[in-house]
Amino acid sequence: MLAIFDYKAGNQTSVHRALNHLDIPNQITNDPDKLAAADGIIFPGVGAAGQAMDELTCGGLDEVLKSLIWQEKPVLGICVGCQILLDYSEENNTKALSVIPGECRLFNASWVDYEGIAIRVPHMGWNTIELQHECELFDGIAPEANFYFVHSYYPAPKEEYVIGTTVYGRPFCSIHGRQGLWAVQFHPEKSGRPGLKLLQNFYSYSQGVK
Amino acid sequence: MLSKRIIPCLDVRNGRLTKGIKFEGNVDIGDPVETAKRYYEEGADEIVFYDITASSEGRGIFLDVVEQVASQIFIPFSVGGGINSVDDMRAVLSAGAEKVSVNSGAVKNPDIISEGSLQFGSQCIVLGMDVKRVEKTKDIPSGFEVVIHGGRKAMGMDAVEWAKTGEALGAGEICLNSIDADGTKDGYDLELTRKIVKAVTIPVIASGGAGHPKHMVEAVTEGRASAALIASIVHYGEWTIPDIKKYMADEGVVIRSIW
Repeated sequence: MLAIFDYKAGNQTSVHRALNHLDIPNQITNDPDKLAAADGIIFPGVGAAGQAMDELTCGGLDEVLKSLIWQEKPVLGICVGCQILLDYSEENNTKALSVIPGECRLFNASWVDYEGIAIRVPHMGWNTIELQHECELFDGIAPEANFYFVHSYYPAPKEEYVIGTTVYGRPFCSIHGRQGLWAVQFHPEKSGRPGLKLLQNFYSYSQGVK
Repeated sequence: MLSKRIIPCLDVRNGRLTKGIKFEGNVDIGDPVETAKRYYEEGADEIVFYDITASSEGRGIFLDVVEQVASQIFIPFSVGGGINSVDDMRAVLSAGAEKVSVNSGAVKNPDIISEGSLQFGSQCIVLGMDVKRVEKTKDIPSGFEVVIHGGRKAMGMDAVEWAKTGEALGAGEICLNSIDADGTKDGYDLELTRKIVKAVTIPVIASGGAGHPKHMVEAVTEGRASAALIASIVHYGEWTIPDIKKYMADEGVVIRSIW
Protein backbone atom coordinates (compact mmCIF):
# COMPACT_ATOMS: atom_id res chain seq x y z
CA MET A 1 0.00 0.00 0.00
CA LEU A 2 1.13 3.54 -0.75
CA ALA A 3 0.16 6.34 1.57
CA ILE A 4 -0.49 9.80 0.18
CA PHE A 5 0.64 12.16 2.92
CA ASP A 6 -2.40 14.25 3.80
CA TYR A 7 -1.70 17.89 4.55
CA LYS A 8 -4.46 19.32 2.32
CA ALA A 9 -2.19 19.67 -0.71
CA GLY A 10 -4.22 20.59 -3.79
CA ASN A 11 -3.07 17.64 -5.89
CA GLN A 12 -3.49 14.83 -3.40
CA THR A 13 -6.73 13.62 -5.00
CA SER A 14 -5.11 13.70 -8.45
CA VAL A 15 -2.37 11.40 -7.13
CA HIS A 16 -5.06 9.22 -5.57
CA ARG A 17 -6.91 8.95 -8.90
CA ALA A 18 -3.73 8.08 -10.79
CA LEU A 19 -2.84 5.32 -8.30
CA ASN A 20 -6.40 3.97 -8.48
CA HIS A 21 -6.13 3.86 -12.25
CA LEU A 22 -2.95 1.78 -11.84
CA ASP A 23 -4.72 -0.53 -9.36
CA ILE A 24 -2.14 0.41 -6.72
CA PRO A 25 -3.67 0.17 -3.24
CA ASN A 26 -3.43 3.60 -1.68
CA GLN A 27 -4.83 5.81 0.99
CA ILE A 28 -4.78 9.55 1.71
CA THR A 29 -3.80 9.78 5.38
CA ASN A 30 -1.75 11.57 8.01
CA ASP A 31 -2.27 8.94 10.70
CA PRO A 32 1.27 8.05 11.89
CA ASP A 33 0.38 4.35 12.30
CA LYS A 34 -1.06 4.07 8.79
CA LEU A 35 1.89 5.95 7.35
CA ALA A 36 4.30 3.63 9.17
CA ALA A 37 2.42 0.61 7.82
CA ALA A 38 2.58 1.81 4.20
CA ASP A 39 5.21 0.44 1.80
CA GLY A 40 5.97 3.94 0.60
CA ILE A 41 4.83 7.52 1.01
CA ILE A 42 3.90 10.03 -1.65
CA PHE A 43 4.38 13.57 -0.44
CA PRO A 44 2.33 15.77 -2.79
CA GLY A 45 2.18 19.53 -2.99
CA VAL A 46 0.90 22.39 -5.08
CA GLY A 47 0.59 26.10 -4.48
CA ALA A 48 2.90 28.11 -2.25
CA ALA A 49 5.78 26.78 -0.10
CA GLY A 50 4.93 29.01 2.85
CA GLN A 51 1.35 27.81 3.04
CA ALA A 52 2.46 24.18 2.66
CA MET A 53 4.94 24.53 5.56
CA ASP A 54 2.25 26.18 7.71
CA GLU A 55 -0.08 23.23 7.12
CA LEU A 56 2.71 20.80 7.97
CA THR A 57 4.08 22.45 11.08
CA CYS A 58 0.84 23.48 12.75
CA GLY A 59 -0.17 19.88 13.38
CA GLY A 60 3.32 18.51 13.93
CA LEU A 61 3.08 16.66 10.63
CA ASP A 62 6.58 17.84 9.69
CA GLU A 63 8.03 15.68 12.47
CA VAL A 64 5.89 12.73 11.39
CA LEU A 65 7.25 12.98 7.85
CA LYS A 66 10.86 13.44 8.98
CA SER A 67 10.75 10.42 11.24
CA LEU A 68 9.46 8.28 8.34
CA ILE A 69 12.35 9.51 6.21
CA TRP A 70 14.86 8.72 9.01
CA GLN A 71 13.42 5.22 9.16
CA GLU A 72 14.26 4.96 5.44
CA LYS A 73 10.64 4.60 4.38
CA PRO A 74 10.55 5.15 0.59
CA VAL A 75 9.31 8.68 -0.09
CA LEU A 76 8.40 10.44 -3.34
CA GLY A 77 7.98 14.21 -3.05
CA ILE A 78 6.08 15.97 -5.84
CA CYS A 79 6.26 19.68 -6.84
CA VAL A 80 5.97 21.75 -3.65
CA GLY A 81 6.49 18.46 -1.78
CA CYS A 82 9.81 18.23 -3.62
CA GLN A 83 10.78 21.82 -2.87
CA ILE A 84 10.13 21.83 0.87
CA LEU A 85 12.36 18.81 1.49
CA LEU A 86 15.18 21.35 1.09
CA ASP A 87 16.41 23.80 3.76
CA TYR A 88 14.79 26.94 2.48
CA SER A 89 12.57 28.43 -0.22
CA GLU A 90 12.70 31.97 -1.54
CA GLU A 91 8.93 31.70 -1.92
CA ASN A 92 7.40 33.49 1.08
CA ASN A 93 10.93 33.39 2.61
CA THR A 94 10.15 29.93 3.96
CA LYS A 95 12.26 27.81 6.29
CA ALA A 96 11.62 24.29 5.03
CA LEU A 97 12.15 20.71 6.24
CA SER A 98 15.95 20.43 5.81
CA VAL A 99 15.84 16.79 4.81
CA ILE A 100 18.05 17.45 1.78
CA PRO A 101 20.60 20.29 1.79
CA GLY A 102 19.81 23.10 -0.61
CA GLU A 103 17.29 25.78 -1.38
CA CYS A 104 14.52 26.71 -3.76
CA ARG A 105 14.87 29.78 -5.98
CA LEU A 106 12.67 31.93 -8.21
CA PHE A 107 13.12 31.59 -11.98
CA ASN A 108 14.69 34.68 -13.43
CA ALA A 109 12.37 36.02 -16.17
CA SER A 110 15.38 37.57 -17.92
CA TRP A 111 16.82 34.16 -18.75
CA VAL A 112 16.66 33.49 -22.45
CA ASP A 113 15.23 30.26 -23.87
CA TYR A 114 16.13 28.25 -26.97
CA GLU A 115 14.24 30.63 -29.24
CA GLY A 116 16.32 33.56 -28.03
CA ILE A 117 13.50 35.20 -26.09
CA ALA A 118 12.94 35.67 -22.36
CA ILE A 119 11.34 32.77 -20.50
CA ARG A 120 7.79 32.98 -19.17
CA VAL A 121 7.28 32.50 -15.45
CA PRO A 122 5.72 30.16 -14.31
CA HIS A 123 7.46 27.34 -16.16
CA MET A 124 4.26 25.71 -17.34
CA GLY A 125 3.98 22.74 -19.66
CA TRP A 126 5.84 19.70 -20.88
CA ASN A 127 9.59 19.36 -20.64
CA THR A 128 12.23 16.64 -20.78
CA ILE A 129 14.63 15.36 -18.14
CA GLU A 130 18.27 14.54 -18.43
CA LEU A 131 19.33 12.03 -15.81
CA GLN A 132 22.71 12.79 -14.24
CA HIS A 133 22.66 9.48 -12.38
CA GLU A 134 20.84 6.24 -12.97
CA CYS A 135 17.46 6.25 -11.23
CA GLU A 136 15.11 3.27 -10.96
CA LEU A 137 12.08 5.58 -11.12
CA PHE A 138 12.86 5.93 -14.84
CA ASP A 139 13.08 2.22 -15.64
CA GLY A 140 11.25 1.60 -18.90
CA ILE A 141 10.73 5.33 -19.61
CA ALA A 142 12.16 6.68 -22.88
CA PRO A 143 14.79 9.42 -22.41
CA GLU A 144 12.83 11.78 -24.69
CA ALA A 145 9.62 11.42 -22.60
CA ASN A 146 8.08 14.70 -21.43
CA PHE A 147 6.73 15.46 -17.98
CA TYR A 148 4.29 18.15 -16.91
CA PHE A 149 5.69 21.08 -14.93
CA VAL A 150 4.02 24.07 -13.36
CA HIS A 151 6.14 26.13 -10.99
CA SER A 152 7.79 29.50 -10.53
CA TYR A 153 10.49 28.32 -8.07
CA TYR A 154 13.01 25.58 -8.78
CA PRO A 155 15.01 23.31 -6.47
CA ALA A 156 18.73 23.97 -6.11
CA PRO A 157 20.04 21.18 -3.87
CA LYS A 158 23.67 20.51 -3.07
CA GLU A 159 25.33 19.11 -6.18
CA GLU A 160 25.61 15.50 -4.95
CA TYR A 161 21.81 15.28 -4.54
CA VAL A 162 21.03 16.27 -8.13
CA ILE A 163 19.61 13.26 -9.98
CA GLY A 164 18.16 14.87 -13.10
CA THR A 165 18.03 18.26 -14.78
CA THR A 166 15.69 20.10 -17.12
CA VAL A 167 16.45 23.10 -19.31
CA TYR A 168 14.33 26.22 -18.95
CA GLY A 169 16.43 29.18 -19.93
CA ARG A 170 19.23 27.28 -18.24
CA PRO A 171 19.44 23.84 -16.63
CA PHE A 172 17.81 23.45 -13.24
CA CYS A 173 17.45 20.43 -10.98
CA SER A 174 14.14 18.66 -11.68
CA ILE A 175 14.80 15.52 -9.59
CA HIS A 176 16.85 15.35 -6.45
CA GLY A 177 17.40 13.13 -3.44
CA ARG A 178 18.96 9.71 -3.04
CA GLN A 179 17.84 6.13 -3.57
CA GLY A 180 14.50 5.69 -1.81
CA LEU A 181 14.03 9.40 -1.18
CA TRP A 182 13.14 11.04 -4.45
CA ALA A 183 11.84 14.53 -5.05
CA VAL A 184 10.45 15.43 -8.46
CA GLN A 185 9.54 18.96 -9.51
CA PHE A 186 7.11 17.82 -12.22
CA HIS A 187 3.72 16.16 -11.73
CA PRO A 188 3.91 12.42 -12.55
CA GLU A 189 0.18 12.14 -11.82
CA LYS A 190 -0.46 14.53 -14.73
CA SER A 191 2.28 13.40 -17.12
CA GLY A 192 0.40 10.82 -19.16
CA ARG A 193 1.84 7.34 -19.55
CA PRO A 194 5.46 8.17 -18.62
CA GLY A 195 4.22 9.73 -15.38
CA LEU A 196 2.03 6.73 -14.56
CA LYS A 197 5.02 4.46 -15.25
CA LEU A 198 7.12 6.48 -12.81
CA LEU A 199 4.47 6.06 -10.10
CA GLN A 200 4.34 2.33 -10.86
CA ASN A 201 8.14 2.17 -10.54
CA PHE A 202 7.99 3.92 -7.19
CA TYR A 203 5.42 1.38 -5.99
CA SER A 204 7.56 -1.55 -7.21
CA TYR A 205 10.61 -0.12 -5.44
CA SER A 206 8.60 0.41 -2.24
CA GLN A 207 7.32 -3.16 -2.30
CA GLY A 208 10.84 -4.46 -2.84
CA VAL A 209 12.28 -2.84 0.29
CA LYS A 210 9.56 -3.71 2.76
CA MET B 1 13.31 22.30 -23.77
CA LEU B 2 9.76 23.34 -23.02
CA SER B 3 7.32 21.99 -25.60
CA LYS B 4 4.63 24.06 -27.26
CA ARG B 5 1.25 22.77 -26.19
CA ILE B 6 -1.71 21.72 -28.35
CA ILE B 7 -4.94 22.01 -26.39
CA PRO B 8 -8.30 20.78 -27.66
CA CYS B 9 -11.24 22.78 -26.34
CA LEU B 10 -14.50 21.01 -25.58
CA ASP B 11 -17.68 23.05 -25.26
CA VAL B 12 -20.16 21.23 -23.07
CA ARG B 13 -23.89 21.86 -22.87
CA ASN B 14 -26.12 19.72 -20.66
CA GLY B 15 -23.46 17.03 -20.48
CA ARG B 16 -22.94 16.84 -24.25
CA LEU B 17 -20.16 18.09 -26.46
CA THR B 18 -21.17 20.92 -28.80
CA LYS B 19 -19.40 23.19 -31.22
CA GLY B 20 -20.82 26.41 -32.49
CA ILE B 21 -19.37 29.03 -34.78
CA LYS B 22 -18.96 32.40 -33.17
CA PHE B 23 -20.75 31.03 -30.12
CA GLU B 24 -24.02 30.50 -31.99
CA GLY B 25 -25.89 27.57 -33.50
CA ASN B 26 -24.54 24.86 -31.23
CA VAL B 27 -24.94 21.26 -32.35
CA ASP B 28 -24.44 18.00 -30.45
CA ILE B 29 -21.20 16.35 -31.55
CA GLY B 30 -20.64 13.66 -28.95
CA ASP B 31 -19.81 12.58 -25.45
CA PRO B 32 -17.29 14.85 -23.67
CA VAL B 33 -15.76 12.14 -21.49
CA GLU B 34 -15.15 9.72 -24.37
CA THR B 35 -13.83 12.52 -26.56
CA ALA B 36 -11.47 13.78 -23.85
CA LYS B 37 -10.19 10.28 -23.30
CA ARG B 38 -9.55 9.82 -26.99
CA TYR B 39 -7.66 13.13 -27.22
CA TYR B 40 -5.63 12.18 -24.16
CA GLU B 41 -4.67 8.87 -25.77
CA GLU B 42 -3.83 10.65 -29.03
CA GLY B 43 -1.38 12.99 -27.35
CA ALA B 44 -3.25 16.20 -26.44
CA ASP B 45 -1.05 18.17 -24.05
CA GLU B 46 -3.91 19.53 -22.01
CA ILE B 47 -7.68 19.79 -22.41
CA VAL B 48 -10.00 22.74 -21.86
CA PHE B 49 -13.66 22.26 -20.97
CA TYR B 50 -16.05 25.09 -21.35
CA ASP B 51 -19.47 24.85 -19.72
CA ILE B 52 -22.00 26.71 -21.82
CA THR B 53 -24.96 25.51 -19.78
CA ALA B 54 -27.01 28.25 -18.21
CA SER B 55 -29.14 26.26 -15.73
CA SER B 56 -28.09 25.04 -12.30
CA GLU B 57 -29.27 21.58 -13.25
CA GLY B 58 -26.89 21.64 -16.20
CA ARG B 59 -24.14 22.72 -13.81
CA GLY B 60 -24.55 19.55 -11.77
CA ILE B 61 -24.31 17.42 -14.91
CA PHE B 62 -21.20 19.34 -15.91
CA LEU B 63 -19.45 18.75 -12.57
CA ASP B 64 -20.25 15.09 -13.01
CA VAL B 65 -18.49 15.18 -16.39
CA VAL B 66 -15.46 16.85 -14.77
CA GLU B 67 -15.25 14.08 -12.16
CA GLN B 68 -15.46 11.34 -14.75
CA VAL B 69 -12.77 13.01 -16.83
CA ALA B 70 -10.46 13.36 -13.83
CA SER B 71 -10.48 9.65 -13.16
CA GLN B 72 -9.72 8.73 -16.76
CA ILE B 73 -7.21 11.20 -18.14
CA PHE B 74 -3.82 11.91 -16.61
CA ILE B 75 -2.86 15.19 -18.17
CA PRO B 76 -3.86 18.62 -16.90
CA PHE B 77 -7.23 20.02 -17.80
CA SER B 78 -8.95 23.29 -17.12
CA VAL B 79 -12.55 24.24 -16.75
CA GLY B 80 -14.27 27.48 -17.65
CA GLY B 81 -17.71 28.91 -18.15
CA GLY B 82 -19.93 30.30 -15.44
CA ILE B 83 -17.13 30.83 -12.90
CA ASN B 84 -18.26 33.86 -10.91
CA SER B 85 -17.02 33.20 -7.39
CA VAL B 86 -14.36 31.44 -5.34
CA ASP B 87 -17.01 28.82 -4.51
CA ASP B 88 -17.51 28.13 -8.23
CA MET B 89 -13.74 27.69 -8.52
CA ARG B 90 -13.61 25.34 -5.57
CA ALA B 91 -16.41 23.20 -7.06
CA VAL B 92 -14.56 22.50 -10.32
CA LEU B 93 -11.14 22.14 -8.68
CA SER B 94 -12.44 19.63 -6.17
CA ALA B 95 -14.16 17.77 -9.00
CA GLY B 96 -10.62 17.20 -10.33
CA ALA B 97 -9.70 20.06 -12.69
CA GLU B 98 -6.15 21.47 -12.38
CA LYS B 99 -7.02 24.92 -13.54
CA VAL B 100 -10.04 27.11 -13.62
CA SER B 101 -10.65 29.73 -16.26
CA VAL B 102 -12.39 32.99 -15.40
CA ASN B 103 -13.70 35.21 -18.14
CA SER B 104 -16.71 37.52 -17.84
CA GLY B 105 -16.85 36.79 -14.09
CA ALA B 106 -13.43 38.45 -13.79
CA VAL B 107 -14.37 41.38 -16.01
CA LYS B 108 -17.32 42.13 -13.74
CA ASN B 109 -15.37 41.44 -10.55
CA PRO B 110 -11.57 41.47 -11.03
CA ASP B 111 -11.01 40.60 -7.35
CA ILE B 112 -12.05 37.05 -8.14
CA ILE B 113 -8.60 36.60 -9.73
CA SER B 114 -6.70 37.65 -6.62
CA GLU B 115 -9.03 35.78 -4.27
CA GLY B 116 -8.71 32.63 -6.37
CA SER B 117 -4.95 32.82 -6.68
CA LEU B 118 -4.54 33.38 -2.93
CA GLN B 119 -6.79 30.46 -2.15
CA PHE B 120 -5.67 27.93 -4.76
CA GLY B 121 -2.39 29.30 -6.14
CA SER B 122 -1.93 31.38 -9.26
CA GLN B 123 -0.88 28.28 -11.24
CA CYS B 124 -4.51 27.24 -11.40
CA ILE B 125 -6.09 30.57 -12.33
CA VAL B 126 -6.41 31.12 -16.06
CA LEU B 127 -7.68 34.46 -17.29
CA GLY B 128 -9.86 33.80 -20.32
CA MET B 129 -10.19 36.84 -22.57
CA ASP B 130 -12.55 37.32 -25.51
CA VAL B 131 -11.22 40.11 -27.66
CA LYS B 132 -12.51 42.01 -30.68
CA ARG B 133 -10.74 44.34 -33.08
CA VAL B 134 -12.03 47.92 -32.88
CA GLU B 135 -10.93 51.33 -34.04
CA LYS B 136 -8.08 52.71 -31.93
CA THR B 137 -9.39 55.30 -29.51
CA LYS B 138 -8.19 57.03 -26.36
CA ASP B 139 -9.81 54.31 -24.24
CA ILE B 140 -8.76 51.44 -26.49
CA PRO B 141 -5.27 52.48 -27.66
CA SER B 142 -4.29 48.96 -28.79
CA GLY B 143 -7.34 48.62 -31.06
CA PHE B 144 -8.33 45.43 -29.25
CA GLU B 145 -11.31 45.53 -26.91
CA VAL B 146 -12.43 43.07 -24.24
CA VAL B 147 -15.91 41.67 -24.87
CA ILE B 148 -18.11 39.29 -22.90
CA HIS B 149 -21.18 37.13 -23.50
CA GLY B 150 -19.62 35.47 -26.50
CA GLY B 151 -18.69 38.77 -28.05
CA ARG B 152 -22.11 40.35 -27.78
CA LYS B 153 -21.19 42.88 -25.14
CA ALA B 154 -18.25 45.28 -25.43
CA MET B 155 -16.73 46.37 -22.14
CA GLY B 156 -14.86 49.54 -23.09
CA MET B 157 -11.64 47.95 -21.82
CA ASP B 158 -8.36 47.71 -23.68
CA ALA B 159 -7.28 44.07 -24.02
CA VAL B 160 -3.58 44.83 -23.43
CA GLU B 161 -4.35 46.72 -20.22
CA TRP B 162 -6.71 43.99 -19.03
CA ALA B 163 -4.06 41.31 -19.62
CA LYS B 164 -1.56 43.30 -17.51
CA THR B 165 -4.16 43.82 -14.79
CA GLY B 166 -5.00 40.11 -14.78
CA GLU B 167 -1.34 39.19 -14.40
CA ALA B 168 -0.87 41.71 -11.58
CA LEU B 169 -3.93 40.30 -9.78
CA GLY B 170 -2.42 36.82 -9.86
CA ALA B 171 -3.53 35.00 -13.01
CA GLY B 172 -1.03 32.25 -13.89
CA GLU B 173 -1.89 32.03 -17.57
CA ILE B 174 -3.98 33.78 -20.21
CA CYS B 175 -6.24 32.07 -22.72
CA LEU B 176 -6.68 34.63 -25.46
CA ASN B 177 -9.61 34.18 -27.82
CA SER B 178 -10.08 36.34 -30.89
CA ILE B 179 -13.79 36.77 -31.57
CA ASP B 180 -12.99 37.90 -35.11
CA ALA B 181 -10.92 34.83 -35.93
CA ASP B 182 -13.06 32.28 -34.04
CA GLY B 183 -14.76 29.88 -36.43
CA THR B 184 -13.14 31.32 -39.56
CA LYS B 185 -10.43 28.63 -39.89
CA ASP B 186 -8.24 31.35 -41.41
CA GLY B 187 -5.66 31.29 -38.64
CA TYR B 188 -5.15 32.91 -35.27
CA ASP B 189 -5.03 36.68 -34.83
CA LEU B 190 -1.24 36.85 -34.66
CA GLU B 191 -1.05 40.59 -34.11
CA LEU B 192 -3.30 40.33 -31.08
CA THR B 193 -1.46 37.28 -29.74
CA ARG B 194 1.92 38.90 -30.02
CA LYS B 195 0.70 42.12 -28.39
CA ILE B 196 -0.61 40.27 -25.35
CA VAL B 197 2.46 38.00 -25.12
CA LYS B 198 4.67 41.11 -25.09
CA ALA B 199 2.57 42.79 -22.41
CA VAL B 200 2.83 39.98 -19.81
CA THR B 201 5.38 37.41 -18.60
CA ILE B 202 2.91 34.59 -17.89
CA PRO B 203 2.17 31.99 -20.62
CA VAL B 204 -0.43 32.85 -23.26
CA ILE B 205 -2.62 30.33 -25.10
CA ALA B 206 -3.74 31.51 -28.56
CA SER B 207 -7.35 30.71 -29.41
CA GLY B 208 -9.71 31.16 -32.33
CA GLY B 209 -9.19 30.51 -36.01
CA ALA B 210 -7.32 27.21 -36.27
CA GLY B 211 -8.07 25.57 -39.61
CA HIS B 212 -4.75 23.97 -40.51
CA PRO B 213 -1.66 22.92 -38.51
CA LYS B 214 0.28 25.74 -40.17
CA HIS B 215 -1.86 28.10 -38.09
CA MET B 216 -0.68 26.44 -34.87
CA VAL B 217 2.90 26.76 -36.08
CA GLU B 218 2.32 30.48 -36.69
CA ALA B 219 0.69 30.97 -33.29
CA VAL B 220 3.73 29.63 -31.41
CA THR B 221 6.39 31.15 -33.69
CA GLU B 222 5.23 34.54 -35.06
CA GLY B 223 2.59 34.86 -32.35
CA ARG B 224 4.99 33.65 -29.63
CA ALA B 225 2.18 31.90 -27.79
CA SER B 226 3.08 29.07 -25.40
CA ALA B 227 0.18 26.96 -26.60
CA ALA B 228 -2.56 26.82 -29.22
CA LEU B 229 -6.19 26.01 -28.57
CA ILE B 230 -7.96 23.93 -31.21
CA ALA B 231 -11.54 22.79 -31.65
CA SER B 232 -13.39 21.96 -34.86
CA ILE B 233 -10.20 20.99 -36.73
CA VAL B 234 -10.05 17.87 -34.55
CA HIS B 235 -13.69 17.49 -33.53
CA TYR B 236 -14.75 16.81 -37.13
CA GLY B 237 -11.81 14.57 -37.90
CA GLU B 238 -10.16 16.81 -40.51
CA TRP B 239 -6.90 16.40 -38.64
CA THR B 240 -5.82 14.12 -35.83
CA ILE B 241 -3.65 15.31 -32.97
CA PRO B 242 -0.72 13.01 -33.94
CA ASP B 243 -0.83 14.39 -37.52
CA ILE B 244 -0.93 17.96 -36.23
CA LYS B 245 2.03 17.30 -33.96
CA LYS B 246 3.98 15.62 -36.72
CA TYR B 247 3.35 18.60 -38.99
CA MET B 248 4.54 21.00 -36.29
CA ALA B 249 7.63 18.92 -35.50
CA ASP B 250 8.52 18.84 -39.20
CA GLU B 251 8.28 22.64 -39.17
CA GLY B 252 10.83 22.71 -36.36
CA VAL B 253 8.47 23.38 -33.44
CA VAL B 254 9.43 21.68 -30.17
CA ILE B 255 6.49 19.46 -29.23
CA ARG B 256 5.87 16.46 -27.01
CA SER B 257 6.35 13.61 -29.43
CA ILE B 258 5.79 10.53 -27.28
CA TRP B 259 3.09 10.04 -24.70
